[in-house]
Amino acid sequence: MKPFSYERAASPAEAAAAAARRPGARFIAGGTNLLDLMKLQIEVPSHLIDVNGLALDTIEPTPEGGLRVGALVSNTALAADPRVRRDYALLTRALLAGASGQLRNKATTAGNLLQRTRCPYFYDTAQPCNKRRPGSGCAAIGGFTRQLGVIGTSDACIATHPSDMAVALRALDAVVETVQADGATRTIPMADFHRLPGETPHIETALQPGELITAVVLPRPLGGRHIYRKVRDRASYAFALVSVGAVVQPDGTGRVALGGVAHKPWRVEEAETELPRGARAVTERLLAGARPTRDNAFKVTLVERTLGSVLAEARG
Amino acid sequence: MKFDTPATTNPIDALKVVGQPIDRIDGPLKTTGTAPYAYEHHGEAENVAYGHVIGAGIAKGRIAGIDTAAAGRAPGVLAIVTAATAGPLGKGKRNTATLLGGPEIQHYHQAVALVVAETFEQARAAAELVRIDYLAEPGAFDLRAAKGSATKPKESGQTGPVDTSVGDFAGAFARAPVSLDTTYTTPDQSHMMMEPHASLALWEGDRLTLWTSSQMIDWWTDDLAATLDIPKKNVRVVSPFIGGGFGGKLFLRADALLAALGARAAGRPVKVALHRPLVPNNTTHRPATVQRIRIGATREGDITAIAHESWSGDLPDGGPETAVNQTRLLYAGANRMTAMRLAVLDLPEGNSMRAPGEAPGMMALEIAMDEMAEKLRIDPVEFRIRNDTLVDPEKPGRPFSSRPFVECLRLGADRFGWSRRDPQPARRREGRWLVGLGMAAAFRNNLLMTSAARVRLDAEGGVTVETDMTDIGTGSYTIIAQTAAEMMGLPVGRVTVRLGDSRFPVSAGSGGQFGANNATAGVYAACVKLREEIARRLGFNSADAAFVDGEVRSGNRAIPLGAAAAEGEIVAEDAIEYGDLDETYQQSTFGAHFVEAAVDSATGEARVRRMLAVCAAGRILNPKSARSQVIGAMTMGVGAALMEHLAVDTRRGFFVNHDLAGYEVPVHADIPHQEVVFLDETDPISSPMKAKGVGELGLCGVGAAVANAIYNATGVRVRDYPITLDTYLDRLPEVA
Repeated sequence: MKPFSYERAASPAEAAAAAARRPGARFIAGGTNLLDLMKLQIEVPSHLIDVNGLALDTIEPTPEGGLRVGALVSNTALAADPRVRRDYALLTRALLAGASGQLRNKATTAGNLLQRTRCPYFYDTAQPCNKRRPGSGCAAIGGFTRQLGVIGTSDACIATHPSDMAVALRALDAVVETVQADGATRTIPMADFHRLPGETPHIETALQPGELITAVVLPRPLGGRHIYRKVRDRASYAFALVSVGAVVQPDGTGRVALGGVAHKPWRVEEAETELPRGARAVTERLLAGARPTRDNAFKVTLVERTLGSVLAEARG
Repeated sequence: MKFDTPATTNPIDALKVVGQPIDRIDGPLKTTGTAPYAYEHHGEAENVAYGHVIGAGIAKGRIAGIDTAAAGRAPGVLAIVTAATAGPLGKGKRNTATLLGGPEIQHYHQAVALVVAETFEQARAAAELVRIDYLAEPGAFDLRAAKGSATKPKESGQTGPVDTSVGDFAGAFARAPVSLDTTYTTPDQSHMMMEPHASLALWEGDRLTLWTSSQMIDWWTDDLAATLDIPKKNVRVVSPFIGGGFGGKLFLRADALLAALGARAAGRPVKVALHRPLVPNNTTHRPATVQRIRIGATREGDITAIAHESWSGDLPDGGPETAVNQTRLLYAGANRMTAMRLAVLDLPEGNSMRAPGEAPGMMALEIAMDEMAEKLRIDPVEFRIRNDTLVDPEKPGRPFSSRPFVECLRLGADRFGWSRRDPQPARRREGRWLVGLGMAAAFRNNLLMTSAARVRLDAEGGVTVETDMTDIGTGSYTIIAQTAAEMMGLPVGRVTVRLGDSRFPVSAGSGGQFGANNATAGVYAACVKLREEIARRLGFNSADAAFVDGEVRSGNRAIPLGAAAAEGEIVAEDAIEYGDLDETYQQSTFGAHFVEAAVDSATGEARVRRMLAVCAAGRILNPKSARSQVIGAMTMGVGAALMEHLAVDTRRGFFVNHDLAGYEVPVHADIPHQEVVFLDETDPISSPMKAKGVGELGLCGVGAAVANAIYNATGVRVRDYPITLDTYLDRLPEVA
């Protein structure tokens, strides 16, 4: 860990302005991912801006009939909120499939969206990694890739986004609210929030320098059956091989998003029109153009089989 | 004390304390966080500095240059140790690669430098400033590719015979009406004990004290002295508490050497812990194997031919994984052979991990037995019973000291509800789950090792035991206290146990499930001597003196124990030394593992639902700590079956998933229900304690039992571990 300076922000706008003034600054909330990465010198911020005092920790109804979830609401609190459990069960289930009770107590809504990949080569500073050291190359491609991405990958990076929560938010069409360095606010739909790696895998989101997430807004409830199925080698406390988040309506229509397959929560709206035709048809559209490796080609099959099981559960 | 004839009745047989399920005596220290582990010796040395280890960033090659200038100028930095600055170093005879690499690099994350600073954070930050230029060389990293180049390894005490052959295997196998010829693979595995390797080194003149985390105090003292090229008497190694070892702390490691070198360079005591991501590649691991098993049998199920061959890899001058050894002893069969071959691999050093040899060997053999039973249409339990042997199958004149294997199988089958298993696989459904039962034999040899102890009686009638035995979480403190209490007629609370210090007599140490039986037998020997001296001082004939309730009694005389030490402490020291009873008899431990597993019919996720182990391991010294050992081993077996796997990058030559996020071991949710049954058994041929090892028996066979349960659930046979869903997803039965 390199020495760094530290401040507590007084307001979201001031936090954003402070971050823009200090290149190399990072916001810190729960710190469950950032601190680990700092110890390994994968993240080397020169300055930390602690946002924990910003009173962004409430869940309020919106005039549109949805919920505004403060950026600092813990994963535990969000999963346990009665309104979320009733109207957005997909989100509760995804949250509870992630991490451990201790981590969820500390991890925040915004921080969860911003967690870094778990690619083992990203974590080994002796190895080249375009995400960690832009332009150094990718040691993962051609290496041990069982856990890595199958779609939306690039020749520069095949990492995945590890979040379960983000998969649910993507299926629910959540919107990220931010404040920028100049004090202006804006909204970013989840569809546009995370980026594909392309040539710049170190740029992971649509956030601009200094931009701070203040809330995540859930639209009006969708109804339907909410199912989150996370497939992993052990029963708990593991990242997904693949995960399927689905909201299925009584008429068989619905929404599907995937985790564990791409650099972002993976959803293709057009594929959802195939839902009444079953898992194979959906998967063919959802994963069209997939470029799996020898190690992770099973993920394509696994998505189809898991989605089939989810749809069967939804019907049952 | 020489133990060369089977034990007769002795004071241990009273079983007032030994054999009782008492809580571990060090439990309160551990649950209150006050048991000092290696990195937590805060009062022992003043002005401690902290070292951070840098591991090589290549697998094989040379260091072209190291630039430590920037690191040396970093805040708080006191010293930087590299091979270039350390001076000449020897090598411990139990290490394969050197513990401080450079300029030659022998494996990935081989230690190449230690940065010492005022604080841990300063040392870690400065370590990132050390610039190392490497000249990488190509190496061999892929066991399957190197298998063809494997050669016959050198025979050693650890390997046993490399090739064995009895009768005419080839002929008998060719003639057998029913036969099986299959190949299995097991992966590289990491010990992943909770406490990483850590040491604190203090020099006082030319004398070194090392507080560390070691399973084998004397081996470490020996190898540390040899590596530093100083007299062994100038080295003291102290390791009172160990946060798990599993074989990973049998041999001197880089933290110990570098703490000593760092302390010498900085002129201050230095603490070093291996950071977790360094552990899997810097230290030892269980080597991967390729195993070919051939079994031939009559149609009735009598094995007539059995062969087990194993290939593994290691650095030059390393050794093989002895995966064939149990096959020499477990089942009958007149014609048999085993062979081990070793390839040179430039991966990190392979070495012992819990039940080396038998753990991966049983993972393969016991699937083969399941496959063979199916071919023969015989129940797998019955097939094993049919091929039981009460003598060493290679030397029929040599009996087992005890072998209640069949009893374990029958009792286990009964308790587990084995008769409800459908021999036709993939027929039991519960919702979306396919459910199956599987079983395997458990087998692990019982090893005899010389073990010494010192016992002291004070005037208050309290007894103190001193031995360099270690407690790696197994319960050594407790069973040693029980042994001394039983021998001296005291409650456990009157016994103080001091372990893990090279100033104490040399014990068996902890490894190979040899710790409990040998270390307590050493304490037994010392207590016999102490009893004799007490009796002599009190004027008793030592043969009739009874040590009961804190008194020495004979006839109508009863004198408090402490009276014997009224004029000063009485000290007795002795060792248990073994004759040739392990030549005359084969000493092994036996058991049976039963597993119910469920496989998600869609995703292929395999989950264990319940497990049973029936164990025959001689006298169980403490059923509570023994059960803890066995359920821990069963858990490790589930890990080996379903998830544990060091992934090799065969281009870059290292284990990629080198932390606990990437290297998965079971969590609580993976282990719903475990039951352990110990047969009520004593083995008087093993030692005066009549006990044997049990800690590794609980592991040997579990992986295969899980694999066989998955087969019964799905009809899919997987012969490559770990059995992750990607290895069979496309073979799962179609489910409506």
